[in-house]
Amino acid sequence: MGRRIIALTIKEFLALLKDKKSRTVIIVPPLVQLLVFSYAATFDLNRVPYAVYNEDPGSASRDLLAAFTGSTNFREVARISSNREIAPLINGRKVLLVLHIGPQFTRDLLLRRPAELQVIVDGRNSNTAMVVLSYVRSIVTGYNDRWIERQGLPKSPARLVTRFWFNQNLESRWFIVPGVVGILTLVVTILVTGLSVAREREQGTFDQLLVTPLRPVEILFGKALPGFIIGLGEASLIMLLAVVWFEVPLRGNILTLYTGIVLFLLSAVGVGLMISSLAVTQQQGLLGAFLFIVPSIILSGFATPIANMPEIVQELTLLNPLRYYLVVLRSVFLENSSFTLLIHQFWPMAVIGVVCLASAAWLFRHRMH
Amino acid sequence: MRLRGLMRKEFLQILRDPSSIAIAFLMPVVLLLLFGYGVSLDAENVPITLVVEHPSAATHRFTKGFWGSNYFDPRQVPSIQEGVRSLLTHQANGLVYVREDFAESLERADGGAIQVIINGVDANNARLISGYVEGVWNDWIRRESQARGSGPPMPVQVQQRIWFNSEVRSQNFLVPGLIAVIMTLIGALLTALIMSREWERGTMEALMVSPVAMREVIIGKLLPYFVLGMGGMGLSVLMAVFLFHVPLRGSLWLLSAGAALFLLTALGMGLLISTLARSQFVASQVAIIATFLPAFILSGFIFDIGSMPPVIQGLTHAVAARYFVAILQSVFLAGNVWSVVLPNALALMAMATLFLAITRRRSRKRLE
Repeated sequence: MGRRIIALTIKEFLALLKDKKSRTVIIVPPLVQLLVFSYAATFDLNRVPYAVYNEDPGSASRDLLAAFTGSTNFREVARISSNREIAPLINGRKVLLVLHIGPQFTRDLLLRRPAELQVIVDGRNSNTAMVVLSYVRSIVTGYNDRWIERQGLPKSPARLVTRFWFNQNLESRWFIVPGVVGILTLVVTILVTGLSVAREREQGTFDQLLVTPLRPVEILFGKALPGFIIGLGEASLIMLLAVVWFEVPLRGNILTLYTGIVLFLLSAVGVGLMISSLAVTQQQGLLGAFLFIVPSIILSGFATPIANMPEIVQELTLLNPLRYYLVVLRSVFLENSSFTLLIHQFWPMAVIGVVCLASAAWLFRHRMH
Repeated sequence: MRLRGLMRKEFLQILRDPSSIAIAFLMPVVLLLLFGYGVSLDAENVPITLVVEHPSAATHRFTKGFWGSNYFDPRQVPSIQEGVRSLLTHQANGLVYVREDFAESLERADGGAIQVIINGVDANNARLISGYVEGVWNDWIRRESQARGSGPPMPVQVQQRIWFNSEVRSQNFLVPGLIAVIMTLIGALLTALIMSREWERGTMEALMVSPVAMREVIIGKLLPYFVLGMGGMGLSVLMAVFLFHVPLRGSLWLLSAGAALFLLTALGMGLLISTLARSQFVASQVAIIATFLPAFILSGFIFDIGSMPPVIQGLTHAVAARYFVAILQSVFLAGNVWSVVLPNALALMAMATLFLAITRRRSRKRLE
């Protein structure tokens, strides 16, 4: 049995890697995409373009604006002197926000009345708007503390001390890069397995395979192993890059991490082979691959949290192996989570994998055109 | 006349195998339904643990802000150990620690400290939660300072005005963006295999010996799928407006023009992949890699392009969805902003022309 599986695996590898175009497609893009996406996918903002509309002649407003000029998060691109100029700047996306300081600003401050900094933000991307406002608030809070200190005003009765565990400086890259590792592992595995049976079906060679002495289980192993091996290799390579190049801390146990990877590959290969054996033509295989990859990435918690989804969609994500894999990756990388804590992520992937592989083997014989 | 014949053939092929029709009409509806509801950056009912070591009237004045807020789903525990455990097991995203001596410390000159610990793994969400906590804290400190008769705790106050989306609904920008992502997929799925299929099945040779020009073959393949794709696009826009209540502030005419240009680009890209790959297997792989993830991550639909490193910003110019996302978000939320629409439309036009020109060049009537 073992020899036949090895022979079949070798044949699958040859079929996959013999074609130069196909070989390139499987190896190069995932590595390029890791680099590009990891740099691109961040919710942190920097060099946010803003305009200043300052009507206040006093020194307090100048001090406040200096805090913005000094921040790397912001980049001043215009000074304006009337309300009318605001709309064209924001509508045309020349600036993301306008800081407006009224004529009474310094006077109000000195009279110990609340002084207002009006912030007008482009809300077309409301998440960006919220992030920008949080940057503005932290600059203003710093300014307030300095003002209270300098003027000898009574301190407020309590302070808020906020700390962020596992990711002290809130680097979104630490969250995104393990996520990119996850989605690329998925894409590579589906690329390798999703069309392999469909192609043989369309070319008629699958029928030949079925009349050989190979049992469906052996065919299954032969078809599954290349996806598994390539997936394992690329996942390791991508993770190495994440740690070495992007300096994402790997705080947890390697064995726990690899348990997650192996179980995820099992489920991804299973789904890929199931799609592939359901499809009679390659076009159907491609459609199936897309119909699986796209929702499983968008509803995985990669970019938007699962907790924000409506109840019914949240339950749907329980069928998504990537959902569990991303939790494992992020927990092991950043939180040093223990094996036992992640059991509830491990077993669903194993179940999905076994069910899908079993159905794929069954479909080999029972779906013929 | 010959073109008509080719198009008739292509339409017949579409009708015989209804999977193209399903791709064009069913897929946008299902995906938009799923993602439109599923994708949201607005955190509500965030599970949070309040550790109150010594509950009293003073601590209650502070913590009641959490119980009354839609943003939080609080749970109160008496010990910090229990609070930390809830954080480590992901039962709570944050922890607010009110110490035993809270009430007395308020009377001291240097004031008391309220500790907040937030799980920072999801940095964006953590920042949002920290903002919500600050909101609760601000309300409380304002009331507290007023009651004590001290001055305003915050000399400078930020007064924010968020244009185009004042209720800060993330769906308002995510749904138009999703339309761009979904239509990228559909464009590629519709056309990515049609040329390579003819090569693989040998029918391309049959087309070559006929008197039709290659230009006619391409147009004959493009137009029927363009009609299908516009149908799907129309459905998506209807759903965005009537189901997801995204305001459409610009003109429908401008939106349609932008959509047509984008669809032409997406179909052109599919045709190009199909022509260059020659085999369906490779074409499928390229389609999966080159369409969805770039449109998802590099289009500015969710991640801000202006904050990416310059090299990556340069790369985003090669992603057609980027231009369409800009057009969609502006026309939906801001109106007919010509200074945004025009350059992006021109870019789409250039890309479509380029893709189709390369397709034309590479599909000479020649065998290899």
